[in-house]
Amino acid sequence: MAVRRSKGETIFLAVNYLVMALLCLSMLFPFWSLLAKSFAAASVPSTQLYFWPSQTTLANYARVFANKNIWIGFGNTIFRTVVGTILSLVMSIHVAYPLSKKYLPNRTFWTSLIVFTMFFSGGMIPEYILVRSLKLYNSRWALIFPILLNTFNMIIIRNYFMSIPDSLEESAKIDGANDLLILYRIIIPLSFPIIATVVLWTAVSHWNAWFDSLIYISDGNKQVLQTILRRIVLEGSLQLMELQGGAMAMEASNVSSEAIKAATVIVATTPILVAYPFLQKYFVKGVLVGSLKG
Amino acid sequence: MKKTSLIQRYWKNKYLFLLLIPGVLWYIVFKYFPIYGLTLAFKDFSFRKGIIGSSWVGLKHFTYLFSLSGFRRAFTNTLIINFYQLLFSFPAPIIFALLLNEIVHIGYKKVVQTISYLPHFLSWVILAGMFMQLLSPSTGALNHLLGVFGIGPFYFLGDPRYFRGTLVVTNLWKSIGWNSIVYLAALSNIDTQLYEAARLDGANKFQEIIHVTLPSIAPIVTVMLIFQMGKLFGDNFDQVFNLYNAAVYEVGDVLGTFTYRMGLRDMQYSLSTAVSLVTNVISFSLVIITNAIAKRINDYGIW
Repeated sequence: MAVRRSKGETIFLAVNYLVMALLCLSMLFPFWSLLAKSFAAASVPSTQLYFWPSQTTLANYARVFANKNIWIGFGNTIFRTVVGTILSLVMSIHVAYPLSKKYLPNRTFWTSLIVFTMFFSGGMIPEYILVRSLKLYNSRWALIFPILLNTFNMIIIRNYFMSIPDSLEESAKIDGANDLLILYRIIIPLSFPIIATVVLWTAVSHWNAWFDSLIYISDGNKQVLQTILRRIVLEGSLQLMELQGGAMAMEASNVSSEAIKAATVIVATTPILVAYPFLQKYFVKGVLVGSLKG
Repeated sequence: MKKTSLIQRYWKNKYLFLLLIPGVLWYIVFKYFPIYGLTLAFKDFSFRKGIIGSSWVGLKHFTYLFSLSGFRRAFTNTLIINFYQLLFSFPAPIIFALLLNEIVHIGYKKVVQTISYLPHFLSWVILAGMFMQLLSPSTGALNHLLGVFGIGPFYFLGDPRYFRGTLVVTNLWKSIGWNSIVYLAALSNIDTQLYEAARLDGANKFQEIIHVTLPSIAPIVTVMLIFQMGKLFGDNFDQVFNLYNAAVYEVGDVLGTFTYRMGLRDMQYSLSTAVSLVTNVISFSLVIITNAIAKRINDYGIW
């Protein structure tokens, strides 16, 4: 169909393209500005640092990569992300499957028991006391067990399971397969798209989590990257930046604490920035599945 | 109908329950036990005695709580900030989706989507670090830019006059793209025949949006609005906690951050559990009410 556009419509379209471009710029600029800062040599005054520094250096990054706290953070974050995501996925699938079966006895009761916790929770203090009484304080498992199941993600998986035709299950049952076999051999292989989505969501939330590590972990060797980042960037901890030498030492090695903060943020963000464009379609999928039937 | 007893039905589905039981146990330990722990609000907690053993004190903590100006302040701030979010952050993704939907160039649209969803995947720790640099009154790029036009500098994160605005705008910035996904999906589901019919009737783009697009997405907008209102007492703890400082407590301290300082910093466990209980009960009631409204609207179909 040929599109005829009035003058007003053409102007609207042009403005629209422009508005979108500006919006994207506003999204990207803060990252750019941070990148510029992270490459700035200490001699560049911070008031002249908006687009690109006049003198660049890799010294800030060298400092960040030489900082053992950053590597400890990466190690702990990778541990919680990998182990936490795998365990969460296993749990979610095993809870979602029975709840997806209409013939599960007292299905409404079991579902309500679980869904209720989405809307009513104990809150910060009782959860903190629970973690302490389970002797999880200062244990890496304190970052995994309390968020093993995410009800919203589990329900999304359940909804997907429910959309798989019953006929597949029935024919397998005639062939003598039990529920476990049906889940592992038929349902899971058919649910790859939603499993990928939930895995990515869980992994991102583990990667980004910081509050649990802040309140449950006091041992410096068990802190995750976000918490270390928080102390460096928001609290300006020179000790965690390994800058104990003070201003003189910093100047000598051409680094500044502001530039090191910026480089630290960039280093911590890069894994997500790199992975995100390739995985974007899986991230989005779950929103749609969730909103259709949630 | 029922030929088999309940026990038989459970036995018949034993494998399903084998799968379900570990999950249910997890919910009991990690969700229901803390809910039981809310009884701390009526006790004087000591670690030695535990939640069960601590002695009952009635409404002591509530009486004290309601007399605290810090609590009243956090309560009001939560409401005001959430109201602003509702006012600005709620319509923004809808407008964004409408505008994006008009972009015909698929590649351009994809790029805009990819970029605008990105901040959703970054933690508030990272974003706070970024905004602190960007919004700094002395070295921040934004104040520099405003300075070119002769305005400012503004201390966005340290001045009580601007702090709430900063919270609203940074939250909008983070969520506008991601929250538009639902609306974009609704927009792509609109029957193109409706547009063709409107064209035949001589409608222009603007009239199309008013008479075809908006009515088509009205149901999803209503549902989202109602759910948003259910969150009026949920607070953006992550955002506020990472962005605020003592200079802006009076306008920025919300129930979540207040609970944290009372409970985990000052170790007034019972008092801050009382805050949680008040917040949870109000939030839960709001969810129940808004859900009931959503159901009514869906059933009776106002549109």
